[in-house]
Amino acid sequence: MSEETAYLISDFFTYLLNGVAQGSIYALIALGYTMVYGIIKLINFAHGEFYMIGAFIGYFLISSGLPLYIALPAAMIGSGLVAVSVERLVYRPIRYAGRIPALITALGTSLFFQYLGQGTIGADPKAFPTAFENTTYQVGDVFISKIQIVIFLVTMVLMTGLWYVVTHTKIGKAMRATSFNMNAAELMGINTNRIVSFTFFVGASLAGAAGVLVGMYYNTVEPMMGLIPGLKAFIAAVLGGIGIIPGAVLGGLTLGIAENMVVGFWISTYRDAVAFAILILILLVKPAGLLGTNRKEKV
Amino acid sequence: MSTILEIKDLNVHYGAIHAIHGINLKVEEGEIVTLIGSNGAGKTTTLHTISGLLKPTSGEIVFKGQPIQGLPAHKIVAQGLAQTPEGRMVFPDLTVGENLEMGAFLRNNKAEIAADLKKMFTLFPRLEERRKQHAGTLSGGEQQMLAIARAYMAKPKLLLLDEPSLGIAPILVQAIFDAIVEINRSGMTVLLVEQNAYAALKIAHRGYVLTTGEIAMQGPSAELISNEEIRKAYLGH
Ligand SMILES: Nc1ncnc2c1ncn2[C@@H]1O[C@H](COP(=O)(O)OP(=O)(O)OP(=O)(O)O)[C@@H](O)[C@H]1O
Ligand SMILES: [Mg+2]
Repeated sequence: MSEETAYLISDFFTYLLNGVAQGSIYALIALGYTMVYGIIKLINFAHGEFYMIGAFIGYFLISSGLPLYIALPAAMIGSGLVAVSVERLVYRPIRYAGRIPALITALGTSLFFQYLGQGTIGADPKAFPTAFENTTYQVGDVFISKIQIVIFLVTMVLMTGLWYVVTHTKIGKAMRATSFNMNAAELMGINTNRIVSFTFFVGASLAGAAGVLVGMYYNTVEPMMGLIPGLKAFIAAVLGGIGIIPGAVLGGLTLGIAENMVVGFWISTYRDAVAFAILILILLVKPAGLLGTNRKEKV
Repeated sequence: MSTILEIKDLNVHYGAIHAIHGINLKVEEGEIVTLIGSNGAGKTTTLHTISGLLKPTSGEIVFKGQPIQGLPAHKIVAQGLAQTPEGRMVFPDLTVGENLEMGAFLRNNKAEIAADLKKMFTLFPRLEERRKQHAGTLSGGEQQMLAIARAYMAKPKLLLLDEPSLGIAPILVQAIFDAIVEINRSGMTVLLVEQNAYAALKIAHRGYVLTTGEIAMQGPSAELISNEEIRKAYLGH
């Protein structure tokens, strides 16, 4: 093997790891998009703001000296509660008003939280406090950081937990029933409003966790930080097949890896273009998404 | 015998469409009562209003002595009223077993649930064979069996069935009507909506005929079956 090939291979693995780390973040955010869509057919464009809120809760708690294992769950619960309130106060009253009013309301809610953040905390980026000493490990010629390992572990634990809830618990099964048909679920005695609240809570808490992880990964948080990752997570959800939970994971990882490969091997300024190119491609070739069928969409 | 369900002067609208025009209907405990009528007569509208999926514009629905109109559907299930919806509506991505588990959503006594599950598997052996299969892969007739068993698993006092014979092979229709009789004999009161008037009247104690949102006729099934007008309009001879 020539020296050049060896470099190429080790670069490939480094970019792959970066891609999986980035993709895990997208996947965590995309899950909430897809779950909420699966239940009430709403594209919640304020979802990126739940991620931002989680990041800020993590920022304040870790700054005040709390360890990550407290700050992370607290951020998840905080984001979840904000999302439950938003659903209850903003989305529920307009649930049957139609798609366009719902879309406009979601965009309005997104802007509300962005400006609320700028008004109260300030628009300038804040340096995220260090939760632990970051070190970089070298395996052969491949580099991996401690923060990346934390991202992989947290993502794996959260996704396994979600999988367990959705497939093995009564409330998870009720969620799948509700996403198929709300009336049919009501006829089982399921309080579907409570299932909708639960879905917003779970989706937003995953996004909140992603917010804290990103804060640690890129060392910075700001009120507009939810905009681009929110859009990309939405693209990831569409890529995997919106409404399909494993699709969000697949879409997120695919997008994260594709971005990092393009940035690493080609031109770094194309990073954001990758997502939109993928969106256009998928809409042209397989609008139902990678895991979508032509059947009705569901969780 | 006591009255389990009483509908008084019920009116239901879809926007400006007046679908149900002041109907009155009674179900006594232990009965099978059938509500027959042709396409668009308002049968499903009536059932959905009873089970809380639709709100009436006026009138009263009294279940076990309590008015229930206006309650959300899941609360009405909790009172002991379950419905097998038109078109079955089994959860396609859940297994047969999980569908039945959803039917028992509000119950907690594991031993009683297991006993009822066993009863349903005896009544519909096909469901037991397909227990781990996704409900979406069942045939139409099997899905209907599942929908009935799923509603039974709520252990309601009153079971509402919306056209269980719809789109099902004639050979299975008989099996499904036999099962309804069996469920009724075990002590469950049944309100059966059907277009298949003959099959329904054969198993029911009493019947109501709904035409464009009004009760046109009512009486014991034997009387309705031999009624000349009904024979012409619904029984085809
Ligand atoms: N969602 C709706 N919006 C407007 N009108 C409706 C709606 N659902 C039903 N209707 C109307 O109400 C009337 C009664 O309908 P319903 O579904 O109750 O009839 P049905 O007796 O169950 O008929 P079928 O035997 O075909 O199921 C019909 O004229 C129908 O067009
Ligand atoms: Mg009908």
